[in-house]
Amino acid sequence: MRLNFKQQSILPGFGLALGFTVLYLSLIVLIPLSATFLKASTLTWQQFWHIVTAPRAIASYRLSFGASAIAAGINLFFGLIVAWVLVRYEFPAKKLFDSLVDLPFALPTAVAGIALTAIYSRNGWLGQYFDRIGIHSAYSPLGVVIALTFTGLPFVVRTVQPVLEDLDKEMEEAAASLGADRWQTITRVLVPAIMPAALTGFTMAFARAVGEYGSVVFISGNMPMRTEITPLLIITKLEQYDYAGATAIAVVMLVVSFAMLLSINLLQAWSGGRTRAKAAAAIVAPAFSEA
Amino acid sequence: MATTFTIRNLGLPVSRRAAAATSEQAWIRWLLIGTAVVFLAVFLFMPLAVVFTSALAKGVSVYFSALREPDALAAIRLTLIAAGIAVPLNLVFGIAAAWAIGKFDFFGKSFLTTLIDLPFSVSPVVSGLIYVLIFGLQGLLGPWLAAHDIKVIFAVPGIVLATTFVTFPFIARELIPLVEAQGNEEEEAALTLGASGWQTFYRVTLPNIKWGLLYGVILCNARAMGEFGAVSVVSGHIRGRTNTMPLHIEILYNEYQFAPAFAVASLLALLALATLFAKTAVEWKSRQHAKELARMGEAA
Repeated sequence: MRLNFKQQSILPGFGLALGFTVLYLSLIVLIPLSATFLKASTLTWQQFWHIVTAPRAIASYRLSFGASAIAAGINLFFGLIVAWVLVRYEFPAKKLFDSLVDLPFALPTAVAGIALTAIYSRNGWLGQYFDRIGIHSAYSPLGVVIALTFTGLPFVVRTVQPVLEDLDKEMEEAAASLGADRWQTITRVLVPAIMPAALTGFTMAFARAVGEYGSVVFISGNMPMRTEITPLLIITKLEQYDYAGATAIAVVMLVVSFAMLLSINLLQAWSGGRTRAKAAAAIVAPAFSEA
Repeated sequence: MATTFTIRNLGLPVSRRAAAATSEQAWIRWLLIGTAVVFLAVFLFMPLAVVFTSALAKGVSVYFSALREPDALAAIRLTLIAAGIAVPLNLVFGIAAAWAIGKFDFFGKSFLTTLIDLPFSVSPVVSGLIYVLIFGLQGLLGPWLAAHDIKVIFAVPGIVLATTFVTFPFIARELIPLVEAQGNEEEEAALTLGASGWQTFYRVTLPNIKWGLLYGVILCNARAMGEFGAVSVVSGHIRGRTNTMPLHIEILYNEYQFAPAFAVASLLALLALATLFAKTAVEWKSRQHAKELARMGEAA
């Protein structure tokens, strides 16, 4: 019995295209990534464990994951409202708002970082009002949450939007004609339909936030144990020529991001084939999500 | 026809009830719109506005001298070089990957697609670190590179590599679903009519995916020019030599030169706005294209 690696096709170029794809992928991504694990394997298990569970590292995980979860939660709440409003209602300058949703994808993180810091620092446009009620919006964990909310803003909107657009209005009409009131229609018909997409968007925003660096370092103040995110801890260790330490923390981050990637894939598989292609495209390609 | 008539005839009460059951009351509608608008204004408009007002806070002459300063020009040049190498590399890769994955069925296809997405899920800082661990002085190839006097880390090649890594999936990601959706029939027809493989690609496939390709390149370029974390790790921050625009902004900002920092930042913000504009334009174009195809389908 012969297993077919590839199905028959008359199109040429499979070998060349696949060969180049795999070669380039290995050179740029796979080999460098495995170098990290190779480097980490020069540490003994005790050394590794000692580095990744040091109090300063633990404090950085708590901030990175905590702030990312809060920011992704904020984005889930407002993202659902924004997606709903953009799909269902008409209001002035709607197109402008719609195109600007992708700004966090396009604006370099360093630019976002200094802009947010200017807004939320003590004499900034919004920071002065926070200051008046005794809240430090910059150079505090709150600043980290603000920066991560900015970075993750497009994800939930762009995963939920195409699903809402595709949702037949007839389903709602059917629910209404069967006697459901608006609230029942929303909770029984709409929410189940957009749930998988919303969760996918939430997870993507969270995954992006955990690794984010540029937009956070300016606004966070970078105080060890208090406002130091995990990616910054890696940089600090590198600057002290502590390569083993930086690598160990990086391995923790890589394992977490692989786990996130896996859960995003599972979520998309759960939400079904058609939405899967759409949600996947929505990461970077909202333009063609309707194609 | 008859049903429509009946419903119309029942008059206002029914239609109002139907509307209430499939839409919200006006005050809820405006509350939701207001919430969305305020949220987007605070998180999107305000950062953009602060970049341009801060850039011009010290006057137009400070703005332009910040851009003409030698270190700024060197940073702009390096950013253009890095993007100028990384984007074409990833373009060739994107086309190859889209052809292999979009046109053929083979074992391990979805696994390969997942691997292509890997750089998206890796923190920018880690993306820089992996190259330090290979090419850095303490790295796997470090001693060999030092013996041959080749500098990768804290030099331009490292910056190009890190930029290539973080922008790796953009174009492939854009093209794969597009090529997949297009199907193989048109290419098969071209081949049957005697076109060569390259001719088929150039005359049949490429015109079908050109808008997606363009959009992928624009996105890839925006990220390549704006990358901060990964480049920051491998650059070494040597003024005038290994500073890209985002790194130059960081240095100015940390020296409390806010107006010049925002002046350089405003260039990148303009790039971001141009990217969003191009996205909207490409979206519109591709919708026109789809409409045209549909019309042709109806005619045929």
